[in-house]
Amino acid sequence: MSMLLSRRDLSFLLYEWLDVESLTKRERFSLHSRETFDAVLSTCERIATERFAPHAKKSDEEEPKLVDDVVVLPREVKPALAAFAEAGLVTAGMGAEVGGMQLPMAVEKAGFAYFLAANVGTASYPLLTIGAANLLLAYGSEEQIERYVTPMTTGHTFGTMCLSEEHAGSSVGDISTRAVPSPSGDRYRLFGSKMWISGGDHELSENIVHLVLAKVPGGPPGTKGISLFAVPKWIEGAGGARVRNDVSVVGLNHKMGYRGTVNALLAFGDGKHTIDGEAGAVGELVGELHGGMKAMFHMMNEARITVGLGAAALGSTAFLHSLAYARSRPQGRKLGERDATTPQVPIVAHADVKRMLLAQKAYAEGAIALGLYCANLVDEARTADTEEARDEAKRLLEILTPIAKSWPSQHCLEGTSLAIQVHGGYGYTRDYPVERMYRDNRLNPIHEGTHGIQAMDLLGRKVPMQGGRALFDLAARMRATIARALAVRDEGSQRLAGALEAMVARLGEVTAKVLGAGDPEKILANAAVYLEATGHVVLAWTWLELALVAGKNMGRAEDSDFYRGKLAACRYFFAYELPKVGPMLALVESLDTTTVTMKDAWF
Amino acid sequence: MKILVPLKRVADPDNANKVKVNAGKLVTTGLEWKPNPFDEYAVETALRLTENGTATKTRQGEVVVVTFGPKDSETTLRAMLGTGADRAIRVDTGDDQIDGDVVARALKALVEKEKPDLVLCGKQAVDGDSGQVGQQLAEYLGWPQATFAGSIESEGDKALLVGREVDGGTIKLRVELPAVVSVDLRIVAPKSVKSVHTPATHAYPEGVRFAALMAIMAAKKKPLAEVKLADLTSDAAPKIQYLDYELPPARKAGVKVKDVTELVTRLKTEAKVV
Repeated sequence: MSMLLSRRDLSFLLYEWLDVESLTKRERFSLHSRETFDAVLSTCERIATERFAPHAKKSDEEEPKLVDDVVVLPREVKPALAAFAEAGLVTAGMGAEVGGMQLPMAVEKAGFAYFLAANVGTASYPLLTIGAANLLLAYGSEEQIERYVTPMTTGHTFGTMCLSEEHAGSSVGDISTRAVPSPSGDRYRLFGSKMWISGGDHELSENIVHLVLAKVPGGPPGTKGISLFAVPKWIEGAGGARVRNDVSVVGLNHKMGYRGTVNALLAFGDGKHTIDGEAGAVGELVGELHGGMKAMFHMMNEARITVGLGAAALGSTAFLHSLAYARSRPQGRKLGERDATTPQVPIVAHADVKRMLLAQKAYAEGAIALGLYCANLVDEARTADTEEARDEAKRLLEILTPIAKSWPSQHCLEGTSLAIQVHGGYGYTRDYPVERMYRDNRLNPIHEGTHGIQAMDLLGRKVPMQGGRALFDLAARMRATIARALAVRDEGSQRLAGALEAMVARLGEVTAKVLGAGDPEKILANAAVYLEATGHVVLAWTWLELALVAGKNMGRAEDSDFYRGKLAACRYFFAYELPKVGPMLALVESLDTTTVTMKDAWF
Repeated sequence: MKILVPLKRVADPDNANKVKVNAGKLVTTGLEWKPNPFDEYAVETALRLTENGTATKTRQGEVVVVTFGPKDSETTLRAMLGTGADRAIRVDTGDDQIDGDVVARALKALVEKEKPDLVLCGKQAVDGDSGQVGQQLAEYLGWPQATFAGSIESEGDKALLVGREVDGGTIKLRVELPAVVSVDLRIVAPKSVKSVHTPATHAYPEGVRFAALMAIMAAKKKPLAEVKLADLTSDAAPKIQYLDYELPPARKAGVKVKDVTELVTRLKTEAKVV
């Protein structure tokens, strides 16, 4: 059994729940079968286990260093990434026109989750490169695809996303990087600096293509005046010579976790590497002028789902590590056993340890399920038979994205904390990997839109959009699940269905009341609480879905322990977690303004 | 060179805490299967002998993988076709109704039909740890054999110089082809296999190669034949019968003794170890 992810669980989610095999009836996936899906998952598990996991500790201990302007990383990183690219994993989900394998997104993401669990620091490089390539495929010109995406598919070029600046993080409309068009108008020169750039500089690939948000002078203020540019580290000069572009590393950030991913402050156009005798980083416009935010959201939405999945993958590997520890660590005796000469029991026998393991299982497996559900929606939005079904999938994806990003980031972080707790003092030392997993996971509520930004996205944008249609779609799916649970004639299913039904109704009620409050400050004052409450309802629904499949398939399989585990985790979630939604929604409904009226000076 | 590689799937050793016994038989439902690691090393060795390591897309020989098992063991064969093997044969059997001797006799018939220059196998399977098939097959064929190979150097594909891992070091044997060679872990070190096609300076990555995604798709089109066990050997009855399986006994609680005298007495009279 892998210590990264449970393959049995992935098979359960992909084949028994999401039925990804049925996608092979669609033209895009017609060359596939379960056999190829399984083989891909095996390749991913293997490369992740043999090439990524072994240097996770080293990458954490030897963080990237800048030596004579060159970023130095552990020597194991480059061959690991070469193995990833040589296996064709960069293009696993891409179309055949760029040499891709056209895998369904759910299978691609399930495979990628192995890398996120094994070594998230090294996995970030392909994560960003795949995201950048997909953006260019959607918005780039044919020449740009040829120039930038083709070398990305073979692992010769890596990508980055450059949004934040030191003074403008969440408030991206306030960036000040300028892009000045050349007299001929086909190229731009960029000037400014970009902060928090993961993969910002390194020697892992022959080239790096930065996707940079910048403002072209004279455009509208705020986000409406932002355009997107492709700025390579190396550009082609006269006669095909490699010329260093005017992009340079100012410094590296020293992080708590995710240390294998070099993170830099980059200067664009500071004149360190002049081109044709002039300062300014040479870049090309991608997509429309002033259309940068729309294009960048293509990459960000994909990244948000992957960030959530990454949090879930870290939660999963931490869970499996703490489970193995709990099974092998003898400590104490069962309550009521007074004979001190009897052997000690492994701590997995203690109810409180099982509580912590159940919580981790419910968080991690639930979050992976949600991530794969969203990935499946991407395929539905792209390939479903009717336009109606494709539109519905798009709306569901819109409303679930902030939840799929935030819920795992919050609760699988708690899961990794519980993994440390199960280890006791040993978990707090660097001799065991769970503290690293915790530190790695601490990034996830911050990057790709903080928790607070996701909360505003959900309550301020996704819920009210199209008159609340996406939320109605989501509620309809939940009610369909509830109806299926009610049709199962056992007391347990009826009770779970009843509990979820009540919360869905309550969520609708509270949402209507909050959105009716008028004043945006009042509406959004408790958006984070609303996000968490909605996330819990979504996860309860996910767990009910999984429990229904487990209940159905338990009868015909002999590995009943697996299915019983799913039912127990579902029961745990409904007993320990779902009841928390009531008080959260009560707070949201009260339109409490404590946070709004609080004054700075009172702190 | 044409190489035949027998391959066995084994229950993932990490599943060990799930293994159940029912009426004297192992319950295999729900177990995860993996190719036997030593057999994977044999496939990797066969690929290295039949390619130029610097241009692996063009094959310089043929590697045929064979397994004995039910229909779903074809997944294991497809996986090997994905890593580069050219062709596969599945001999239709159950997972546990055969023993090493049946396998060796059936393989003999298959070898006589396929006429490979070399049979490469893992030194043992990690489930039963019997380690007999290679040796028995060589005996039945009357071929030379070299076991526990940690290095192989091809001498013009007419003979192999095999470094065998033995207690205290390595012993080098020259076997003329056709032969049977079984491999050990170190055979997949970067420079353990020297073929006639690969420059001597070339170093492979440590371990076995991964199945690239495009190769997985291509493997779907590679030939995979099914053969009946009865067509290979008239005597398919296993000589070894498994009567029962039991888990190692759980450790019992210890007892405290007063002094060394009591300890020695009890070791003599109760434990009967001194």
